[in-house]
Amino acid sequence: MADEHETNDRKGVTRRQFMTRVGVGAVAATVVGGPPAGRAEAAQVMRPGEMAKITLWINTRRHRLLVAPRWSLLYVIRERLGLTATKVGCERGECGACTVLVDDRPIYACMLLAVEAENKKITTLEGLMQGEQIGPVQDAFIQHDAFQCGYCTCGQIMAAEGLLRKNPRPADEAIPLAVSGNLCRCGAYPQIFKAVRAAADKRGDQ
Amino acid sequence: MLPDFAYTRPTSIKEAVKALSAANARVHAGGTDLLGCLRDEIFSVDILVSLGRLDSLRGIRQTADGGLRIGALTTIADVAENLLIQKHYTALAQAAGEVASPQLRNQGTIGGNLCQKPRCWYYRGEFHCLRKGGDMCYAADGQSQFHCLFGSGDICYIVHPSDTAPALIALGAKVRIAGKRRQKTVPVEKFFVLPEDDVQTETILAAEEIVTEIILPPPPANLKSRYRKVRARRSWDFALSGAALALQFDDSDVVRRARVVLSGVAPIPWRAPAVETVLTGQALTPAVIARAANAAVENAEPLAQNEYKVPLLRGMLKEELGAFG
Ligand SMILES: Cc1cc2nc3c(=O)[nH]c(=O)nc-3n(C[C@H](O)[C@H](O)[C@H](O)COP(=O)(O)OP(=O)(O)OC[C@H]3O[C@@H](n4cnc5c(N)ncnc54)[C@H](O)[C@@H]3O)c2cc1C
Ligand code: SF4
Ligand code: FES
Ligand code: FES
Repeated sequence: MADEHETNDRKGVTRRQFMTRVGVGAVAATVVGGPPAGRAEAAQVMRPGEMAKITLWINTRRHRLLVAPRWSLLYVIRERLGLTATKVGCERGECGACTVLVDDRPIYACMLLAVEAENKKITTLEGLMQGEQIGPVQDAFIQHDAFQCGYCTCGQIMAAEGLLRKNPRPADEAIPLAVSGNLCRCGAYPQIFKAVRAAADKRGDQ
Repeated sequence: MLPDFAYTRPTSIKEAVKALSAANARVHAGGTDLLGCLRDEIFSVDILVSLGRLDSLRGIRQTADGGLRIGALTTIADVAENLLIQKHYTALAQAAGEVASPQLRNQGTIGGNLCQKPRCWYYRGEFHCLRKGGDMCYAADGQSQFHCLFGSGDICYIVHPSDTAPALIALGAKVRIAGKRRQKTVPVEKFFVLPEDDVQTETILAAEEIVTEIILPPPPANLKSRYRKVRARRSWDFALSGAALALQFDDSDVVRRARVVLSGVAPIPWRAPAVETVLTGQALTPAVIARAANAAVENAEPLAQNEYKVPLLRGMLKEELGAFG
């Protein structure tokens, strides 16, 4: 899995993404950066099942792709763009496995329509990679064994990343609160709290 | 995958109202309640009218008279974190901070929080109950541990799910509503509908109406307000019982005015005038607090499995009133 995303980072498109993009007739991502400010799209009605071309800014990369109104951002990220770090859990806003950042704030990708994310800044776990290297929060989770099965982990890391982007020096009490929307059925919370603390302290030192 | 629907994102309130006049159209704000309802087929929708481009509905502004206007699209997180709200309308900041989970607070809006659908598990399950247009209530003789103590009219036993609504009512807030004719302003207290008035709806909104903003009056001097919520888990869960208390004190710590609104115990946020009467003109002594807490549960009508809510509500109010000061 890691290879795939690294490939993605360097060359732009993985084989899997290429296939899914061809499948929906979307245009390959070419532009890198962020969404333009105050950009307005035309008010129009998308009919049921009709596809419309929208722009999603994911991990500073611009994707132009066709979406149906009923597609969630979670579906688009995983199934259309092949970014599979974001996990599918309950699809009801009750577990946190699908957590991504929208405009730097953690949200549940299962509860957001892809069309609603148009021209917002979306960050997934793949976006925390620094080239071939994992980012500081990911590293802290590994250093502190902050998982067992690992299913919740990507969501936990995104919730933690959201906390640190908003509050680089969080108080200890802020950490459990920040991951309180992310269920860990393996009960790795003590290690998760330590990992987030360590990542915050490391960031503070830099 | 969600069932199919059409989607539009108008650029003005007027256009949005017009789009909502189509058959089986619905407002989409944050989507956190709506998408769950659609996924579970609680209701269907032909067209979603997204408010996403109505930037004028976002944000918190002070009014000329010293009150506050909160745009309906303001996120719950922004309400919880706003310094003016924390300082002058503490109960509202606390209530917003108790909603759902951090992610849902970042996504969900204050307008959506008032308009959300109830969480009765029959309603959210595959039961065609009264509220969905069927001919019976399954909770009356069924699993009723999360149902109401007051206001059912022996018809429907939901509890209103919103945490922010009781706080808004305790603080005397109003909602502004846009519709076919000119905008109207209604006290939040008059926004909700009891089962006896209409069992199939929760609010007074017509299909094409939109909540545009919430207006808080200037905070009176010596107002103290708090929101307390008891729930099984510290995150996600709805209130088993809760209370928004807004008390105005005089200089000798006597309660001059009291507004008490309960959550988790009735189909609408439940104003408790009996408690307010006990508190008014009194200092918060242990005896007064005990009488007030008893008054809250006087007319409770528990079902087979929610009797625990009676001592829970009483005990919570005692604790909460004791913590004032
Ligand atoms: C797992 C989970 C736990 C939750 N826990 C809590 C909790 O503890 N406390 C609590 O208070 N809430 C809770 N909620 C509900 C959550 O607060 C609401 O989902 C959120 O506030 C709704 O806002 P929204 O913008 O997402 O609304 P949407 O989902 O967009 O809309 C909800 C409903 O309101 C209508 N609507 C929305 N905005 C307007 C408007 N401006 N004018 C007219 N109609 C409108 C929509 O048509 C829809 O029917 C929970 C939800 C989930 C999924
Ligand atoms: S309590 Fe209301 S919503 Fe629940 S089953 Fe009865 S009628 Fe339906
Ligand atoms: S999959 Fe989105 S919260 Fe569970
Ligand atoms: S590590 Fe298994 S669910 Fe969290």
